[in-house]
Amino acid sequence: MLVYVVKRLALLGVMLFGLLCITFAISHVVPGDPARLAAGPDASASMVETIRVQYGLDQPLWVQFGRYVRGILRGDLGRSLRTREDVLADLVRYFPNTFELVTGAMLVAVALGVPAGILAAVYRNTWVDHLTRFVSVSGVAIPAFWLGLMLQLLVALDLGLLPLGGRLGLMTAPPEPITHLLFVDALLRGAWATLADAAAHALLPVVTLCFPALASIMRVNRAEMIETLQQDYIVNARAQGIPDFRIVARYALKNAMVPTLTMIGLRYGWMLGGTVLVETVFDWPGIGLYAVNSAVSSDFQPIMGVTLLIGLNFMLANLAVDLAYGWLDPRIRPATSA
Amino acid sequence: MTGRALPLRPLAVWLAAHRSAARELGFYARTFARSASSMLGLGLVLGFLLVAALGPWIVPYPEDGRGAVHLEQKLEPPSARHWFGTDEVGTDIYTRVILGARVSLQIGLLITLVAACIGVPLGIVAGYVGGALGGVIMRVTDVFLSVPALVLAIAIVGALGPGILNAIVALSLVWWPGYVRLVQGKTLALRAQTFVEAARAIGTGRLRILVAHILPNCVSPITVKASMDMGTAILAAAGLGFIGLGAQPPYPEWGAMISHGRNYLPTWWWYSAFPGLAIYLTVLGFNLLGDGLRDILDPRSRA
Repeated sequence: MLVYVVKRLALLGVMLFGLLCITFAISHVVPGDPARLAAGPDASASMVETIRVQYGLDQPLWVQFGRYVRGILRGDLGRSLRTREDVLADLVRYFPNTFELVTGAMLVAVALGVPAGILAAVYRNTWVDHLTRFVSVSGVAIPAFWLGLMLQLLVALDLGLLPLGGRLGLMTAPPEPITHLLFVDALLRGAWATLADAAAHALLPVVTLCFPALASIMRVNRAEMIETLQQDYIVNARAQGIPDFRIVARYALKNAMVPTLTMIGLRYGWMLGGTVLVETVFDWPGIGLYAVNSAVSSDFQPIMGVTLLIGLNFMLANLAVDLAYGWLDPRIRPATSA
Repeated sequence: MTGRALPLRPLAVWLAAHRSAARELGFYARTFARSASSMLGLGLVLGFLLVAALGPWIVPYPEDGRGAVHLEQKLEPPSARHWFGTDEVGTDIYTRVILGARVSLQIGLLITLVAACIGVPLGIVAGYVGGALGGVIMRVTDVFLSVPALVLAIAIVGALGPGILNAIVALSLVWWPGYVRLVQGKTLALRAQTFVEAARAIGTGRLRILVAHILPNCVSPITVKASMDMGTAILAAAGLGFIGLGAQPPYPEWGAMISHGRNYLPTWWWYSAFPGLAIYLTVLGFNLLGDGLRDILDPRSRA
């Protein structure tokens, strides 16, 4: 197992290097003039020249690449023209918000999607099944940003039940930071009013973001459960008189979880992309909104920083999924296959 | 049979010669038609294609697609004259949504085509030739797949500058890795099959094996994926339009319309609501069609 983990970490390193190649290509090769891109849209010709020399953009590409990688290893992601801060500092400030949103949405998607998939499989071809099928085909077809807008319109504006956007109301003071995760901090400090306000603000974005993931998790789990429930050992368990609930929860679910887990890993990546749109709709101060605000004001360095951070995140999530396989299914435990 | 029935002869001859193929086709059609969701998908897609094809001729106010201004009727709610209401300069939203179908169709087709044209050859080579070259292709694919497509597309549009064309270029550049994965897996499985082995044994050239034996067997999964991708690519392009990096107003693109209409919520809700509904129905159609195609063409890979 240890050998496998080390191997996977080495692969992660290779992948990260590949990702750096892509971001380098996007920032130095794709645009006609990277110096102009770095200087921003309002820079004069002499400023562009200064930047060209200052950033070594007059050097050969491979020299530039070496410089780029060394810079990033030192934590230098450049400077945002818009916020006038180091990109790394901005990312550190905004990332916890995105992390909470995505994690919350994934927890909700799994907590609802797995049981719903089981129910649909057990009550196959009844109204339960048809309802979940409707949700699962709609979930991946509805534009998340539009769903978010319509929820805002209905729940926040028409019914006035929940706040429109943001992380906290104006009257609520954020808790003293410990982990910089608002929910965790509010919990640790025992600030219940803040916690409630944060939850109210988070509900609509979480629902919007989790919907497509919920849909696919439900769908995969249903299909796998149907197949698993037809296996001989399930029939055998039933013949032995083991209660239905125990058969489903203990014997079938564990086997159906492997493909579901693959879907969770895949959908986590989708969420990291979808969060960009959802944060824009709900004015959620995460790295997605940061990237969009930077992109529309042609502020380039922050977008690259966000791309790297999201890529790293997705890679780590896939690593976690791979490791979880071995725990769930001894047959594919990596000690034998790696 | 008399001479007058001659025009039908070729069909009859073809049917006689390809009786099994015709029977297979009929079987597929019947299987497809038995599924209500497949037929709904087909209906939605056909409707979308029809609207995209006829758009300029069936809209009530064709001049509204070209930036006409009727300030005296701005922001009117849905009515018999304006089914989906009007926007802030008084143009008919129904007209713009209908015209948007053609834009979305172009976007979806371009992205899917470019992605397939890059991804399929790379996947076949990676799967059949393998070795170092295949390894490199697959590692590059993995790296691309490790960043969500939308995020990478935003980065590329950030470098190229906003605009519908740049959005399409960016999405095409990030869309191909899925095809490499799919085709490589399929090719690996096919390479070990007896008919490929036999072709190799009688000295068939590598290129001919790839084109005449491997590729035709990859067509089904590619078709299924392409149908699904039409939907997701339209969704992604609308997302770029929504955050202001894709099509720019007054271009009738659904995502950009929703984004623009957002400023007029909640009072003038119809501005954002109807373009979103159009996206939903279109994407739903392509997804259901893709599902239906998979059930008949590629039943084993059902998820």
